[in-house]
Amino acid sequence: MTKVFAYRRCPEGTQPKHLHPAYVSSLKRAPHKPLVYLPHTLSEITGPVFPKEVVDLKACDLTRQHLGEPLGERIVVSGRVIDEDARPVANTLVEIWQANAAGRYLHDGDQHNAPLDPNFTGEGRTLTDSDGRYRFVTVKPGEYPWGNHYNAWRPAHIHFSLFGPAFATRLVTQMYFPGDPLLPFDPIFNCTDDEAARNRLISVFDWATTIPSEALGYQFDIVLNGREATPMETYTREQER
Amino acid sequence: MSVPPTTSQTVGPFSRIGFSWLYRDQIATLDVPGERVEISGRILDGDGVPVPDGIVEIWQANAQGKYAHPEDTQVKALEAGFRGYGRVPTDGEGRFHFSTIKPGRVPGPNGTFQAPHLEISVFTRGLLRRLITRMYFPDEPSNGEDFALSLVDPARRRTLIARKMDGRTGQLQWDVRLQGEAETVFFDV
Repeated sequence: MTKVFAYRRCPEGTQPKHLHPAYVSSLKRAPHKPLVYLPHTLSEITGPVFPKEVVDLKACDLTRQHLGEPLGERIVVSGRVIDEDARPVANTLVEIWQANAAGRYLHDGDQHNAPLDPNFTGEGRTLTDSDGRYRFVTVKPGEYPWGNHYNAWRPAHIHFSLFGPAFATRLVTQMYFPGDPLLPFDPIFNCTDDEAARNRLISVFDWATTIPSEALGYQFDIVLNGREATPMETYTREQER
Repeated sequence: MSVPPTTSQTVGPFSRIGFSWLYRDQIATLDVPGERVEISGRILDGDGVPVPDGIVEIWQANAQGKYAHPEDTQVKALEAGFRGYGRVPTDGEGRFHFSTIKPGRVPGPNGTFQAPHLEISVFTRGLLRRLITRMYFPDEPSNGEDFALSLVDPARRRTLIARKMDGRTGQLQWDVRLQGEAETVFFDV
């Protein structure tokens, strides 16, 4: 019999509900029927593994992907990926994407009347090191208007996508910037009930990673699901909870 | 000591900027043994309107039922080039497609084996968290004894099982319906 160490479920309140009416796009897309609780099996505790050669070393510097330098304020975004037991998540893929400094995405669907930057694509990726650390160099993304409600503006943010060690640990999130005046008004940032959980999406300005005369540093740590301490050899719904 | 996990946020409408480099619509190359299948489908919202900004991610075992992952310690062969991961976008009509091999049966609870299945993640604008589901195969006798299918209301199980497209072997259709009468079963994982 295969021993399966399940991943822990996210504590109540730390994650958004699927339906969040203030975010209008969720109305027609969030499922209505209750999710079916699935105990973890080998299928959920395994997941894609990406070898080092998959990621181009230059892909972590979004300011050096073109002939010239992008416009905007250069920043360094770095941090650690850990699990709920504060153990590093090593060699895991981190993908980011973002708008340029003017608040425009390089995407046909973005009709915002702000300039594209020929020297900025807005995509990056890297693998964490053995201590779970990652580091990107980029420009600070601009805020931009969107159609959710009258005079709606998204706060500046960078999209993050992480895999972690298993199918169960996959996470996509957004990183925000400290002091952004748009945060209290943004239905996406505010989709999670727990204020402390929301505020952990805000990066922290950091002198230690700020490069003199070059770029401000922001720290953003990401926590993925931790592991149950005992294996589940026999599953029942009650035991899993 | 426990550190709370980071909150999920939507991928938004522009995820292909960050995701397209890893689009993989051929999960098993032709040298990987197994029954070849082509799977296509659509993501539809609560009004039946196609979702043009969706991303479908696939995770699966090989034909022997072994995952390309260090925690799969089963003594079974694994092809060097097989990773078992796919990622495909939807097009303007909400359609996605990918080709792969039908996976073998992998271990389930209590010494049982699960029916062949693909683990699926769905990301779109409007979804604050990914949706997790499974795709099963038609005419598969072991579906009747699969532990995950048995957790699902019998009337809804068909939303998890792909359909054969008329008269074409290896051509399967499987739609993801986010809401409505035939809403796809999504799992809490």
